[in-house]
Amino acid sequence: MPEGTLCNKKTIDTQEALHALLADKSGKKYYEEMKQLDVNATVLWGVIRKTLKSRLRTWLEICAHCGMCADSCFLYLTNGRDPKQVPSYKIQSTLGELVKRKGKVDNDFMHHCMDTAWSKCTCCNRCAMYCPFGIDMGVMFGYLRGLLFSQGFVPWELKIGSGMHRVYRAQMDVTTEDWVETCEWMCEEYEEDWPGLTFPIDKPDADIMYTVNAREVKHYPEDLAEAAILFHLAGENWTVPSQGWEETSLAMFAGDWAACKMQVESVYDAMKRLKSKRMVVTECGHAYRATVVEGPYWAGLKTGKTPIESLHYVEWLAEALRTGKLKIDPSKKIKEPVTYQDSCNYIRNAGLAECAREIMSYIAEDFREMTPCREYNFCCGGGGGFNGIGRYREQRNIGLKIKRDQVLDTGAKLVIAPCHNCWDAIRDMEEIYHIGIRWSFLKPVLLKMVLVPEHLKPKDE
Amino acid sequence: MYEFVSGPLALSTFLIFFLGLVWRFIWYVKGLNWQADRVAYTQNARYGVRGALRSILCWLIPYGTHGWRYYSGFTALVFIFHFGLLITPVFLLGHNELLKQSWIGFGLPALPEALADALTIAVMVAALFILVRRIALPPVRILTTAYDILLLVIAVAPFFTGFMAYHQIGNYNFWLILHILCGEIMLIAIPFTKLSHFILFFMSRAQIGMDFGIKRGGMKSKGFPW
Repeated sequence: MPEGTLCNKKTIDTQEALHALLADKSGKKYYEEMKQLDVNATVLWGVIRKTLKSRLRTWLEICAHCGMCADSCFLYLTNGRDPKQVPSYKIQSTLGELVKRKGKVDNDFMHHCMDTAWSKCTCCNRCAMYCPFGIDMGVMFGYLRGLLFSQGFVPWELKIGSGMHRVYRAQMDVTTEDWVETCEWMCEEYEEDWPGLTFPIDKPDADIMYTVNAREVKHYPEDLAEAAILFHLAGENWTVPSQGWEETSLAMFAGDWAACKMQVESVYDAMKRLKSKRMVVTECGHAYRATVVEGPYWAGLKTGKTPIESLHYVEWLAEALRTGKLKIDPSKKIKEPVTYQDSCNYIRNAGLAECAREIMSYIAEDFREMTPCREYNFCCGGGGGFNGIGRYREQRNIGLKIKRDQVLDTGAKLVIAPCHNCWDAIRDMEEIYHIGIRWSFLKPVLLKMVLVPEHLKPKDE
Repeated sequence: MYEFVSGPLALSTFLIFFLGLVWRFIWYVKGLNWQADRVAYTQNARYGVRGALRSILCWLIPYGTHGWRYYSGFTALVFIFHFGLLITPVFLLGHNELLKQSWIGFGLPALPEALADALTIAVMVAALFILVRRIALPPVRILTTAYDILLLVIAVAPFFTGFMAYHQIGNYNFWLILHILCGEIMLIAIPFTKLSHFILFFMSRAQIGMDFGIKRGGMKSKGFPW
């Protein structure tokens, strides 16, 4: 049985196909079918020949096998320094081998590639910092994921994830109606406490178009309310689009480049439709990476930039605090030791380390850096889709140890993690290793300490 | 024999070496693609150039980057090895005398002979430690192939044979001719093997420098802190 009914080379483009996949609990049948899945070597080699250009070919070819990438990888460090976890080895034994064999590989080899690409690399790109030739194995694993996806060798959850984007333009089954209703609900819920609070949907010519992570809509609607309240307190002229509100991209984790393009174009369309001045992205790392950093390239925008200027939430917040749009009550600053989780996707890969420090300088009295930090920080342990794949749960939990030890070393019991993936990884870390820490996004922390202007305070009855 | 290896063979070698490098350069640049690489190379050229230069310069300075500082011992070996490898042959008295006597008619200033000798020994010793490291450390051993060792031998052979000839250990003519041949093998190997990092180091570093300089934060920060 070359092509399974659930596991095959086709993309998920209908609700029916999505439901069929979702009904297969934990992907049991899906992974069974994958064992029989044929590799179309001709097509695979055709894609490689067309897309493996000088940058990647040079990386594969000139790698000096010096091993300087070894200690840069948290999975190498947490797996007892297993030589098979050296980044160079991981990519040479997968993509390197695939190219050497001109795509003529079997099912077992593709399984090996899949397990390596999704459970031995989170595409955190830290190894690129340590390679004298600047070889970025995270980028190469991203490329490999694309090849694997095209052949149907992709973890079950990510096949679903990319299908969600194709069907709903969101990583979860959240429709436009669900989204709009949630916004309205949150507005109603909080307008009594915050007089004048609005949740403007599709307001043209606003200063800020705010975009989110579908998880917030589905599981954490308070996050939306907190964002609205903070914009309200800062006096921002803001809006959310009814369509094109989702920033995340499980399609990027899956290597489904066509779906990546569809997803970011929905956001870019909203930018053009609403003519907002700037876009602000919620506290999510990969969402920013997908829509702001990589997205313009998927969409074929030659400038490499989004149609309007785009900011991560930490950029907006740093600006709001700097310019005094939001003011902090000094007596309410965080007094206990607190540390900050640098998200790979917007710190290492988007240069926002300074914004994070600036925010912490306004809100914390005893801010403690992790070691290493900023661009050199380790992945939380759950990036690149790792958090969400059941098949690799055990490997993910081992990987979390690096962050556990980094946090413990700071002595802080509170971790600010303005990234959904990092936030999840740190939550799971506490559940598994019980080190007695708390973790938080920035919004709830800010809400506890911002000064509320007199005219925005609730009127006493 | 000497006339042949130091005459037509040497000339062809240099020709292959230079043309090979030019071909590598053109091949690399032509293969860059803004959309596939996801780097807007030409649109943000100013940031690209800044990122590329920073990326190359930081990594050319011993201990100039986090990576070099992390593996301090290996870094010493790498810099000693490459410094000797590049400087010794170019500024060697004997080589430059040959240039002066040839149709070129002039040579570069020469290193004192004792220093050249010391550099030669340094290259060989560094190579020996690099080889030992390859075999002794598990994360490096797993990456090591026979090809890696062959390349190390190709790189060191001209130094070893040159050393033997200079000190006239054994048959001078034998070592001299072998030295010239080994040098020629190395030069020809540069464009066609992994030794192409002679030029591709700069290309690859420039590319990743542009990537970080343009797309991955360079336009929102002071530049990537290599």
